[in-house]
Amino acid sequence: MTPTISATGLSRRYRDQTALDDVSFTVEPGTVTGLLGRNGAGKTTLLRIITGLEFPTDGEVKVFRAAPAENDAVLRRMVFVREEQAYPDLRVAHVIRVASWFYPNWSAELAEQLLADFELPLGRRMRRLSRGMRSAVGIVIGLAARAELTLFDEPYAGLDAVARQLFYDRLLADFAEHPRTIVLSTHLIDEVADLLEHVVMLDHGRVVLDAPADEIRGTAMTVSGPAISVEEFVAGRPVWHRQRIASRASVVVPGPLDAAAQARARALHLSLEPLSLQQLLVHASGIAAEEKVSA
Amino acid sequence: MPALDEGTPLFVQIAEQLAHDIVDGQLAEGTRVPSTNELATFYRINPATAAKGINMLVDDGVLEKRRGIGMFVAAGAQEQLRATRRKQFAEQYVDPMLAEANRLGIDCDTLVSLIRETSLHNGGNAR
Repeated sequence: MTPTISATGLSRRYRDQTALDDVSFTVEPGTVTGLLGRNGAGKTTLLRIITGLEFPTDGEVKVFRAAPAENDAVLRRMVFVREEQAYPDLRVAHVIRVASWFYPNWSAELAEQLLADFELPLGRRMRRLSRGMRSAVGIVIGLAARAELTLFDEPYAGLDAVARQLFYDRLLADFAEHPRTIVLSTHLIDEVADLLEHVVMLDHGRVVLDAPADEIRGTAMTVSGPAISVEEFVAGRPVWHRQRIASRASVVVPGPLDAAAQARARALHLSLEPLSLQQLLVHASGIAAEEKVSA
Repeated sequence: MPALDEGTPLFVQIAEQLAHDIVDGQLAEGTRVPSTNELATFYRINPATAAKGINMLVDDGVLEKRRGIGMFVAAGAQEQLRATRRKQFAEQYVDPMLAEANRLGIDCDTLVSLIRETSLHNGGNAR
């Protein structure tokens, strides 16, 4: 199958700053892909290039096999919900109606249901909404558009945990009924981890991880137990992180560990625990930083 | 919200939980199991992940697809799963118990009588 998005060697440099550095990846159709990374990692710049709002300094991106910039045929097939999106100062109902004209697959039924779920006041002007309510309007538009390619860039400024969970639940339910390609950019990694089929992790403008979500569990493991046994176990292995308290130690090693290694860990009475996606990012950025220093 | 742990891949956990319900008899042979989308919504996971879990059980012959209706527990699934689990029992339960007993200096005879006592205490049979 042809990827929905395919980026090759994308770089974006500003005068004194490199926002994206040789970024290549693909997004397969019908998947939920997480674009993960810390604030300032380059997620927004990447999405702006994918949606034709910005040009790369180097490299190219194809969306539905074509360059997206100023390409109406491509842009009509996607919806992009930005963090702190600016809206004209209309009433909520009017903003939703205007949005419905732009998207060929728009579902008025879903929009109505989501407006009720998020308890949005239809008659209120956008300017008078709270930050969270404005974010919710963006989410309603992003989901009700049912665009073939749906891009969410940290869509939840001002939304509390309950409202974010509502967003995840509605996203999953509608995706299940109406499969499409979704890219969800966020720094709230552990919240979205289970929703994702594929993960692209950015750090300092570079791709540090690009893998199916299933394979990421086990990408790195925490090995802990008596310090002597831990050291015996990790001898000759790369170690990402070391912690020690009294006679106990805990180290992070890149995985996966094969059956022999796992059996050996059990024999040494060590406990093995895979790193969560969030922890993985912490270590991945630490390693990237070290590489940069040593380079 | 149902808790899924970090360690095992999600799709394996989905398969394990369904298998568990089949062994328990909560999902009887011939009954319909939740659809991919129902599982995805319930566990808040990607539908592709849920589908992968279900397909694992289809490949093992534990679930069968009935075109247009859904997935059902296959005939003989409970006994098949039990047989597999019996094979794994020694490795998963007896080996770690022996290792811990060994560490604490509990010998084999003591261990056996301990199991008997505990079983009696719990109202089980201690043949």
